[in-house]
Amino acid sequence: MLKVTIGQYYPAESFIHRLDPRMKLLCTLLFIVFIFFITNFLGYIAAAIYLALIVRTSTVPPRFLLRGLRAIFFIIIFTAVLNIFFTAGETIVLQLGGFRITQEGLLNAGRMALRLIMLIIGSSILTLTTTPIQLTDAIEYALKPLKKIRVPAHEIAMMMTIALRFIPTLMEEMDKIMKAQMARGADFDTGGLIKKARSLVPLLVPLFISAFRRAEDLALAMESRCYRGDVGRTRMKKMKMAGRDYAALGVLLLLIAAIFALNYVAGVFGIW
Amino acid sequence: MAIEIKDLCHTYSRGSAFAKKALNQVNLTIDSGSFVGLIGHTGSGKSTLVQHLNVLLRPESGQILIDGEDINADKARLKAIRTKVGLVFQYPEHQLFDMTVYKDVSFGPKNAGLEEDEIKERVEAALTLVGIAPELWEKSPFELSGGQKRRVAIAGVLAMRPEILVLDEPAAGLDPRGRNEILDQIKQMHETLKITVILVSHSMEDIARLVERILVISHGEIVLSGAPAEIFAQIEALEALGLSSTQTAYIMRDLQAKGMSLPDNIFTVEDAVAAILRALK
Repeated sequence: MLKVTIGQYYPAESFIHRLDPRMKLLCTLLFIVFIFFITNFLGYIAAAIYLALIVRTSTVPPRFLLRGLRAIFFIIIFTAVLNIFFTAGETIVLQLGGFRITQEGLLNAGRMALRLIMLIIGSSILTLTTTPIQLTDAIEYALKPLKKIRVPAHEIAMMMTIALRFIPTLMEEMDKIMKAQMARGADFDTGGLIKKARSLVPLLVPLFISAFRRAEDLALAMESRCYRGDVGRTRMKKMKMAGRDYAALGVLLLLIAAIFALNYVAGVFGIW
Repeated sequence: MAIEIKDLCHTYSRGSAFAKKALNQVNLTIDSGSFVGLIGHTGSGKSTLVQHLNVLLRPESGQILIDGEDINADKARLKAIRTKVGLVFQYPEHQLFDMTVYKDVSFGPKNAGLEEDEIKERVEAALTLVGIAPELWEKSPFELSGGQKRRVAIAGVLAMRPEILVLDEPAAGLDPRGRNEILDQIKQMHETLKITVILVSHSMEDIARLVERILVISHGEIVLSGAPAEIFAQIEALEALGLSSTQTAYIMRDLQAKGMSLPDNIFTVEDAVAAILRALK
C-alpha cells in the first residue's frame, strides 16, 4: 500500500482554494513577471506583504512553502554568489585578490535571491491550492488561442490529466512487480551502476507492458463512450469566474500599481 | 519445515496520518508438509501476512520462525530465505519480462547463483511440472494464453525449489477449466514434492476441495482455524465475518431443513452427490 501525493496539493477550504484556476494561473504569471520590474527595496516590501497576505488567506502551513524553497536552495545560493562576484561596480566593499566585491554586486545578489524566493513561493501557492486536474483545465483554457495555429490544446490537457491519474496506479503496480521479482531473488540495491541498470529490466519491462495494457483498455473505454476529442465536448464542472476572482485580480493590479509608484518614488529620492 | 509466527503485528505507513494496522498479534503454527488454506475478504490482511513469510515486509513487532530460524534476524540470509519460501503473487503473469519462457523461468535460479546445468535441470522440471510443453519454451511469454502465462509464472517460482510455496489467489481471473487445471497441479505438486503449500483464496469451493487446514483471517487477526469440516460447519460465524460457507454446505442445510436425512459436515460436491444418492435409496 503506497500513499502517493501527486503534485503537492494541500486540501483546504480557503478563499484562495476556491478561486477559479484560470484566474490563479493568470495572477501567478502576472506576479512572476512584475516582481522583475521592482527596482528598489520598497517594492520588495510591498510584494512581500502581498505574498504574506496570500499565504495567510490560503491557510497553507508555511512549512509546506519552505519545502519548495529547500529544493532550490542551492540555485538561490549559486545565483547570489555569481552576482556578488561578477557584477561590475564602483563602490568596492571588499577586495579579495583578483576578485572584488562591490556594493552593486551585493545589492544585485540580494535582489536576485529575493526575486527567486518570491517566485517560488508564488508558484508554490498556485500548486498547493489547486488540484492537478484543475490546473490542467486552466492550462487547456490558456492554450485555447493556440488552437488557431493547430496546437491540440484539448488533447494536451487530456494527456496531462490521464498521466496524472495514472501516477499512483503505476506506483502501486511497480511496488507489486518489485516485490514479485524480489521473491524470485532479484536484487535492486547492490552492485555497480551497470549491474543496477540491468537489474531494472525485470522491473521496467512488466511495468511498460502493464502501462500499455492500461492505455489500450482506457482508449477502448473512452471510445466506447464516444469520446472523439475536443469538438462538441461539454464539461461536468464548468469553470466560472465569480466576483471573488475579479477581486483577487484587483488586489494584484493594486500591487502592480504600487510597484510602479514606488519605483517612481525611489527614482526621485534615489532609494535603492 | 514448520512455520511459527509469534505475536506478529504490522502497520502500514507507521507514524503518519495514513497509518493502518494490517496485522494484529497473529499467532500461528504451520506444520511442514501441510496444505493450508488462508481465507479472508479483501483488506483482511491476507497479503500482508504472506509477504512477511519471505521478508518482503518486516514485522513491526513479533517474530517469524521457519525451522526455528528467525527470518528477520540476519540480512545476509535473505536470499536463502527467499529461496526457501516461494511466493506466487496475485496475477503472477504480470511479472513476466524475458525474451523467452525458458529465460524467464531461469531468472530465479540464476539469481540464486546456481550452475548452468542445475539451472537447466530445474527450469525444465518446473516447466514440465506446470504442464508447459517443450515446444513453447523458446517462445516469448507474451505470445502465450492467459492460463499458460500464469503457469509459466508459477514455474518461475517453482524453479527456485522452495520448501514452502505460498500462492496468492492462483486461480483468480481464469476460466473454470484453467482454474481446475492450476489447482489440481498445485495439489499434485504438494503431493509429489512434499512441500508445504499455503493457498490464499476467497473461493470456498477451491479451498474445501484442496486443503487440510483452514485459517480464517479478519481485520488482521486469525479468527478461526481448523480442518475444513470444522470451519465450514460454522456457517453463522463465517457469515458474520463477511464470508460464506461453500455452496454445497448451503444446499445440504436447505435439504436437511426440508426433512431429508443427510449427515452433517458435507462441503464438497463429490461428497454431497454420494450422500444424496444414499439418502434417496
